[in-house]
Amino acid sequence: MAMHDDEILGKAYDASLMRRLLSYLKPYRTYVVAAIVLNILFAAMGPLRPYLTKIAIDDYIIPGDHTGLMMIIGILFGLLILQGFLQYVMSLVTEWIGQKAIFDLRMQVFKHLQKLSLRFFDKNPIGRLVTRTTNDVESLNDMFSSGVVTIFSDIFVIFWILIFMFFMSWELSLVTLTVLPFLFYATWVFRRKARDAYRQVRKHLARLNAFLQEHISGTIVLQIFSREKKAREQFERINSEYRDAYMHSIFYHAVFYPVVELISAVAIGLIIWYGGGNVVQGALTIGILISFIQYTEMFFRPIRDLAEKYNIMQTAMASSERIFKLLDDTSIIPDPGTSVPLDTVEGEVEYRNVWFAYNSDEYVLRDVSFHVNPGETVALVGATGAGKTSIINLMTRFYDIRKGEILVDGIDIRSVRKADLRNHIAIVLQDVFLFSGDIKNNITLGDDSITMDRVREVCAAVGADKFIERLPNGYDESVKERGATLSVGQKQLLSFARALAVDPKILILDEATSSVDTETEILIQKAIQRLLKGRTSIVIAHRLSTIQRADKIIVMHKGRIREIGKHHELLAQQGIYYRLYQLQYKDQIEAQTNGVVEKNSSL
Amino acid sequence: MDSLYRLKPYFRRHRWLLAAGFVAVLLSNVFEVLVPLIIREAVDGLQEGATMRDFFGYGAMVVGVTALSGIFSFITRQTIIVASRKMEYELRNDFYAHLQTLSISFYNNTTTGDLMAHTTNDINQVRNFLGPGIMYSTSTFIRFVIILAIMLSINPVLTLLALLPLPLISVIVFYIGRIVHKKTIRIQEQFSNITSRAQENLSGIRVIKAFTREQFEIDQFKNLGEEYYRRNMGLIRTQSLTRPVLYLLVGISLIIVLWYGGLSVIDGRMTLGDVTAMMIYLGMLIWPMIAFGWVFNIIQRAAASMGRLNKIFDKQPDIIDGPETDHSIKDLHGNITFKNVSFSYPGAYEPALKNIKLDIPAGKTVGVIGFTGSGKSTLVSLIPRLYDIADGEILIDGKPIKKIPISTLRSHIGYVPQETFLFSESIRENIAFGQNGTEKHLVERVADIAHLSGDVDDFPKKFDTIIGERGITLSGGQKQRASLARALARDPKILILDDAFSAVDTYTEESILSRLRDEIRERTTFLISHRISTVKQADVIIVLDNGVIVERGTHEELVEHGGIYASLHQKQLLEKELDEM
Repeated sequence: MAMHDDEILGKAYDASLMRRLLSYLKPYRTYVVAAIVLNILFAAMGPLRPYLTKIAIDDYIIPGDHTGLMMIIGILFGLLILQGFLQYVMSLVTEWIGQKAIFDLRMQVFKHLQKLSLRFFDKNPIGRLVTRTTNDVESLNDMFSSGVVTIFSDIFVIFWILIFMFFMSWELSLVTLTVLPFLFYATWVFRRKARDAYRQVRKHLARLNAFLQEHISGTIVLQIFSREKKAREQFERINSEYRDAYMHSIFYHAVFYPVVELISAVAIGLIIWYGGGNVVQGALTIGILISFIQYTEMFFRPIRDLAEKYNIMQTAMASSERIFKLLDDTSIIPDPGTSVPLDTVEGEVEYRNVWFAYNSDEYVLRDVSFHVNPGETVALVGATGAGKTSIINLMTRFYDIRKGEILVDGIDIRSVRKADLRNHIAIVLQDVFLFSGDIKNNITLGDDSITMDRVREVCAAVGADKFIERLPNGYDESVKERGATLSVGQKQLLSFARALAVDPKILILDEATSSVDTETEILIQKAIQRLLKGRTSIVIAHRLSTIQRADKIIVMHKGRIREIGKHHELLAQQGIYYRLYQLQYKDQIEAQTNGVVEKNSSL
Repeated sequence: MDSLYRLKPYFRRHRWLLAAGFVAVLLSNVFEVLVPLIIREAVDGLQEGATMRDFFGYGAMVVGVTALSGIFSFITRQTIIVASRKMEYELRNDFYAHLQTLSISFYNNTTTGDLMAHTTNDINQVRNFLGPGIMYSTSTFIRFVIILAIMLSINPVLTLLALLPLPLISVIVFYIGRIVHKKTIRIQEQFSNITSRAQENLSGIRVIKAFTREQFEIDQFKNLGEEYYRRNMGLIRTQSLTRPVLYLLVGISLIIVLWYGGLSVIDGRMTLGDVTAMMIYLGMLIWPMIAFGWVFNIIQRAAASMGRLNKIFDKQPDIIDGPETDHSIKDLHGNITFKNVSFSYPGAYEPALKNIKLDIPAGKTVGVIGFTGSGKSTLVSLIPRLYDIADGEILIDGKPIKKIPISTLRSHIGYVPQETFLFSESIRENIAFGQNGTEKHLVERVADIAHLSGDVDDFPKKFDTIIGERGITLSGGQKQRASLARALARDPKILILDDAFSAVDTYTEESILSRLRDEIRERTTFLISHRISTVKQADVIIVLDNGVIVERGTHEELVEHGGIYASLHQKQLLEKELDEM
């Protein structure tokens, strides 16, 4: 399986990305400043200790001053407590800032996603968008909390060490620092080698995972074709490549760490050789020499860790680039600059010469015009792909039309705010989408203005109350895994209740085709009648009862309206409707008379 | 902890590499602990008037000893860590090989995601124990013992005083490690809540937009985010406390050394070199102390992971050759008999097939028609023994299929499953699919029959085009035709086409069927379809309804009969008429 853009890593630092990332720290700038100040202070504490040790040795231990030694011990102890405290506060503040910034960013991504149009969702797989809101944001957390901050504090620590060292003896400092170029060089080489090795590891891991994903899903095919052995051999090869890639990175680690130790030993050796000679000649003190040995240890760690920081930064840069790309996407169906208010509507709907295409020029609706009076029901019928779904998608401005106009009460829907328009329309889709939460919430969808009484009322109206009350927790029963525990019919009733609860002027209904038992079928038919009563309704009809009751039937065929009329008129025409009727609806009469319910007509 | 016993054979296989590793760990530590002793000599030499030459000697010794220690530390990593990667490799191979033996009923109840988690995360946890876990625990232990011995020999009282706070470090690291682990799990839970919420929100975006619930969704998401933030802060509070406390304990130890050591130097009971060495040794003990606590956690986690892996390892494959298998059966002709076969899926209330009786002479073609869920796919899946039946018997050439070795049985069957599954390999490999020594022209011949050659010619690398690479994806119809070619390439005695033309347009289907007719003359063929046109010419057509054969006969007979088949036939004529309007 090929790698996709989620795995490509680029540079570890990009000024414009960084600027934009840092802008998320702005609301917390006081704390950021505090964290930096604490950092500088804290960085000085560690290096102060060898210096105090030097004073203890030179000024008190060697001269034999008991009280002086106790004083220095007291200072060291106080320093230790202070250092611990500073470190605690510092870590708390920086991590807190990181968490806050990450929270803000995640909310921004999520809010932005809510605004994007369906056209965007048609193009972008959900999995990838989920990754943007979760993993990508998370990898920025690593950068905010450990990456940037520790790089700063490491620099401060090195800075303080240098100050103390040069203050005590600039000659010995220079001698000690001669090893630095080697350390930098070793780190640099290691970083590059380790990065390449690690990139290989990731590449092979991705291959391994892709292979597993595919071959676990396809195990049965392998078994049917008795091809297990070959797959096993392939897996062993991929697995061994992964192993070998790791072996490479082990090699670099195995070399790097001893080499750093060796360079540090050379530094200590130099201190003993050069420093020892000077101490004997009286040019340096014993304390200075011992403290230099301690400083060498302190100095090496931050430089050695640089390689790791580099990786964190690199991942963060790649993630932020992807996040910003999403945030910069503007496929949003805009609200008009000055909108026409739409407080109340009568429910008159008109499509006037509507042309529509999802992709460039493949029109799925061609010159569609029809008119629905307030309170009327129109039934849309037609074969799969005739354009019925597109007609209802346009009504709520999920998509914008290419040519023509859609009017509600004579007002072009593009001149009102989307939210105002949608407040008057309720949609019942074929696949009932239930959210995790309880039954009540799935009806109100979190709208607090819908009271519990209202919920009971609408559930009773659509006949959903009986089964809900039979549930162990009634309306508080939680809906698991998209309603896995509910039957198809029950889910439909819930979606009817959901629509009825908002009491819309205009109702859009895409009748489900799935088969249900007779009892439920009767419930559903009654519920639909109740639902359609007193409102303008556009229904993609699969039920004979619905069509027969419709004020108008619109027959769609290949993107055009081919016939409009009432049931018996259209039958008499012996055109498309006549055939559709025989194909899809006629059996329902037999079913009704036989008392057997029609099966799903698509086999 | 018991779960880790399963790893014994893996250890045994690499025992020499590991033994070498342990020797290297020992030597590396032995040399490393010499450094403070040399420094001690040097520091004492400062007061006793050593010469420049002496100091050069000490310096050179520090470098030399560190170099030796480094070489052995290199060897340690190259043995123990390498061994751990090898064991990981073998464990993963074994795990995958085991997965392959499990039957479809296992896969129906287990998600690919779970199995992926086992093969990556769990094996990773186990490897963490095999590699760093073992390396650090041995290294730590050895180092601790040596250093303790040296320190005691320098000054027992000071050693005991200085080491007083250190065991606390191990204890704290262990407990904090546990708390951190628990809190981390709670954070991960919340993270997956956020993930599922985002997933759900984006999947239901239509409903949300239609009912203008965006703000509500944002508020809900915000609540989850806030809880995530709270849990993270909980962890941060613990972690922020950890380091200061550890440093405090270490710092106290160092201060004790400086204090007691300093006084002893003043009183002439110790040398300055002794105190310096003690301070350096203490520094060297910090990491082992931290590692002790850490290693305990690693072992616990590895044991939990291994436990999960063992559960799968312990699953016995249920469809295998048994004692009744007759290995002398090498060839099949394809006469298939179903004797009163009934079958229920595990856990289902209703049987999927009821009392099926069928007898198909070798070389004949059976058409199977029926509604969704009527049992068509179940019926044919019993032939290659994807499931075993409890009631009735299936015979091939008069032999019960349980007697036929599975590999023999399956190698005589060409199966085109309802859901096409192709692998990310070249089209050629997908069609030849493990047929060794497959002639080049065979692949091209079957592709031709399946009406795929024309499509393949349009691909840049023809039959060597890798599916899924560089955005080359096959359409549903192309995939089905490739799947058909794959089944034909095996030259099977029994051919099963389970709704193999659902994504192919009627015109193409017609031309494939006409070529197929020659192909299937010698093969027993099952044609499952929802299109009358597909099964029309079959020798016999059966109609399934709710797991029962309700009609059987030839096309003409069934149309005449006026049942389900006839009404379907009628409808499909109408559909055709409509399409032409």
